[in-house]
This record gives sequence, C-alpha cells and structure tokens, in this order.
Amino acid sequence: MARAVSTRRKIGFTILGWFVGLLIFFPVLWTVLTSFKTELQAISIPPRFVFFDWTLENYVAIQERSDYFRFAMNSVWLAFGSTLIGLIFAVPAAWAMAFSPTPRTKDVLLWMLSTKMLPAVGVLVPIYLMFRDFGLLDTRIGLILVLFLINLPIMVWMLYTYFREIPGEILEAARMDGASLMKELTQVLAPMAVPGIASTVLLSVILSWNEAFWTLNLTTTNAAPLSAFIASFSSPQGNFYAKLSAASTMAIAPILILGWFSQKQLVRGLTFGAVK
Amino acid sequence: MATTHTKSAARLMMAPSVIALLLWMIVPLSLTLYFSTLNYNLFNPGETPFIGIMNYRFFLSDPAFFTALQNTLVLVLGVLVITVGGGILLALMLDQVFYGVTIVRLLVIAPFFVMPTVAALVWSNLMMNPVYGVIGQFLNFVGIGAIDWFSSAPLLAVIIIVAWQWLPFSTLILLTSLQSLSEDQKEAAEMDGAGAFSIFRYITLPHMARAITVVILIQTIFLLSIFAEIYVTTSGGPGLQTTNIPFLVYSQALLQFDVGGASAGGIVAVILANIVAFFLIRLIGKNLDA
Repeated sequence: MARAVSTRRKIGFTILGWFVGLLIFFPVLWTVLTSFKTELQAISIPPRFVFFDWTLENYVAIQERSDYFRFAMNSVWLAFGSTLIGLIFAVPAAWAMAFSPTPRTKDVLLWMLSTKMLPAVGVLVPIYLMFRDFGLLDTRIGLILVLFLINLPIMVWMLYTYFREIPGEILEAARMDGASLMKELTQVLAPMAVPGIASTVLLSVILSWNEAFWTLNLTTTNAAPLSAFIASFSSPQGNFYAKLSAASTMAIAPILILGWFSQKQLVRGLTFGAVK
Repeated sequence: MATTHTKSAARLMMAPSVIALLLWMIVPLSLTLYFSTLNYNLFNPGETPFIGIMNYRFFLSDPAFFTALQNTLVLVLGVLVITVGGGILLALMLDQVFYGVTIVRLLVIAPFFVMPTVAALVWSNLMMNPVYGVIGQFLNFVGIGAIDWFSSAPLLAVIIIVAWQWLPFSTLILLTSLQSLSEDQKEAAEMDGAGAFSIFRYITLPHMARAITVVILIQTIFLLSIFAEIYVTTSGGPGLQTTNIPFLVYSQALLQFDVGGASAGGIVAVILANIVAFFLIRLIGKNLDA
C-alpha cells in the first residue's frame, strides 16, 4: 500500500495526530505522573507536569496501608482461573464446531452469543441469593464461576473463527503420510492452533481483569479484586490523589500492556468476526 | 466428511459448553421471572406471597423508572453520537501516513483497557474535580471558570467518562474496516476528479457502513448495562439524575432489599437488551454464511 505522500501533508498529520493522541491518553498519563508526586504536589495549583520531586512513597503506602497485593492476587486468580476453565470448556467445543460442523452448528453459535446479550442486572438477584445460600458470596471460586460463564461465548466464538482457518487438507495429508493421532495433534494441529488460543486467553484475561459489575456486587473484602478495591477509594476518607493514582496505575498497567499486544485480535474477538 | 463416529465425538466435545451456558441462561432467568411475581422482601423473607404482575405495575408506574429509562436512553445515545462521530474522524486520521502513527494508535486505544472503576475515579477526581481537577484549572486559566461537573451536569459527566472509554473501541473497529478499503478505488475516483469530501461521502462512508452498524449494536448492548462508572462517581445522584436502569435495579435489590421489584426491573432490562440483540444476531448470522 505504498502511497506517495507530500512531506507537508505528512508533517501536518504528525502534529495533529500526536496532539489528538496525547489528548485522549492524557487521563492515563496524568494518573501515572500523579502517582509519583507527594500528596501536596498532587493538588498543587497550577498543576505540575514533570517538575516535581519524583517519589515512590505512594506505592509503598498503598501496599502497607491496604495490602494491595492481596487484591492483586485476587485479580490474578479470577482472571486466570476463569480463563483456564473457559479454555477447558471452549477449546473442544470450538474444535468440534470448526472441524465437524452440522447444519445446526450455526444456530448453536448464535445461541451462545445471545446468552452474552443477557444483561447482568436481569440475573443479579437470583445469582446473589444463590451465592448467599451456597456460601459463595465473597469467594474466589464463586466469582471465577461467573466470569467463566460470561466469557465462555466469546471464547468459543474466537476459537471457532481461528480454528476454521486451519485447512482440513493438512490433516488429511498428515494422515496419508501415516501420522498417528498423537503426532497429528501435537505436531500438525497444535502449532497452528496455538496463536488463536493465545489471543483468546489474552482477551479473556483482559475482560475478566476489568470486570466490575459482578465483582462489586458479589465481593466485599476476601475475594475482592483490584476493580473492587479501587472503587473503595471513592469513599470520602480515601481521596488521596497521589495514592489513588498509584493504586490505579498498578491496577491498569499489566492489562494495558497486554491489551496493546493484542489489539489486532481484539477487534476480531469483540465483533465476533463481523468486521475484518 | 464427518462420519457418525466423529459426529458423536463432536457432540460430546460441545456438550460441556452447551450445558454450562444453558444452565447459566435458564436457571437465573427463570428465577428472576419467578421472583418478579412475588412480594419478596429480604427484610421479611419468610413470607413471599404470589402477587402476579403487581411488581411490574409498581416498577413501571414508579416515576423513578421513567427517569431511569430516560437517563439510560440519553446515556446510550450521547455516548453513541460521540464515539461513532469521533471514531470516524479518528479512524480517518489514523489511516494517514505520519511519523509515529503506530505509537499514536496505541495512545488512542489505551482507554479501552482501563478498568471502569479506575476510569471513573480518575475522571471524577483528577480531571473533573472543580478545585484540583485539570479540566477545572484549564477552564479557569482560559477565563471560562471551573464547572462542578457532578452537581451541575452529572449525566453529561458520566457520558464523557463512558465515551472516553468506548471511543477506542469504535476507532479500532472503524480503522480495521477502513484499512480493507482498496486504494485503487479511491485513486480511480480521484482521477475522475472527485474531491476529498465526495470520496468520503460516496466511497469511504458506504464502505464503513457495516462496521458502523456493528459498533452501534455492540456498544448499545454494553451501554445499556453501564454500572461501575455510576456506582463509583455519583451513586445514581444527585437525586435520580444519573440513575439508569441497571443502577435502579441494583438499588432496589441490594439497597432496598426488594427482590420482587428488582426482578421485575431486571426483566424489563432483559427485554430492552433483547430488542437490540435481535438485530445484532441477525447481522452477525448473515456474516456466518459468507
């Protein structure tokens, strides 16, 4: 797609592009900067951009005062636990739909997608009551179960669109060459399936990490992940800007980096392949 | 071709996912439907007499419902206008060749990965706070004067926060669609003497139409159930000014302990989402055959 572009036009768009990009990114940038300020400098008027005494005290304080790592560990457990269970369920299902489709496969896929459209408030009350009765409120296992179920349709869809691109002929060729089933799976199919599975894992982890409706409503302290922990800062005594910024930075940094790596696959995962 | 053997194996492989989702859909939803016909309050859980459609009557005739419905619609439409309009402009910009376009692209999509509770707190404290917020200080600096967003324009404030989070999504999808537009077509039009605007109007925009529809439908599904941003910033207030339907159901259930009323509200939310989902599923279903 080589296009001849005049230098003036290129420079014009460079200035515009960077201005708009930084404007949109500004709240994130400002949060990261504020996290390195003292509380006093964080609320100084006029605001200080880079000329302040950089400090790590907020990060230390957050960990000491509120046990940040416990919440972070909950986030890790929820994100990876729900993703792992999701994979165990979704990989075989997507595999079957991609390689031995029946006339009803399409309906099943669309039906799965439709469960994703179910608004969470529609089922909040019974889930809350069931969790209360089974002692699952504020437990990791309970939340893992919910996150697994709300992400399962997306995982199946994403894996399905990836698996469908693996040509069946390659399998047949391997079989002709006398490859055993084990060899077929590990040496022929796995290498082609791994990129799709990796993208699906990334998307599922991102979605679970950021989920807020269920984590706010089904946890209090024990199983609360970072998304719920951050919300506790909205209470009046928690309005320390620099500390809030440090906690926020730690909560979003890992997922932001993961997200940047997986931006291309994200489009596919979130639009169910409807936009290519 | 699939043999009988592989067919039954395929069914076996699909079964766990299908059963899990079937249970997830049917059990809570039928319980919600059941609760919605009971006079069920958590303060008095012993007696839950059947009252038929009374909960729906109460919920639907409650002035709070109309306010919440109106807020929900304003929120969805406001965010859609900003994100679709802004998304088209951003996608056009990011489709250009310029220095550092890959980095700018990363900057633009970043808000999508910020968890909703963080986005809400960062905006309400660091950006929109009338005294210390950056926006307030900027407005003071240029002489307009700071605004106390959450007391004078709370719904607009929520719309801005949510739009900031969803702008990357529409940009990313519209950009993906834009990049599949063939250069030849544009060049041919240019040779025929078409100006930049008519190229946009008659070639680019129609090409993006499908992606725009997908953006609108998918975002509507998610925007109908915005919760965390409201929970963290305004708790639905002041008054009911930022209460949308999910927040109303939540407060009915977990703050007022009215299980019956909340369930009726939940069913109303399900019906609203289904109207949108119907169109979305049809659109994606069409795509499956292609």
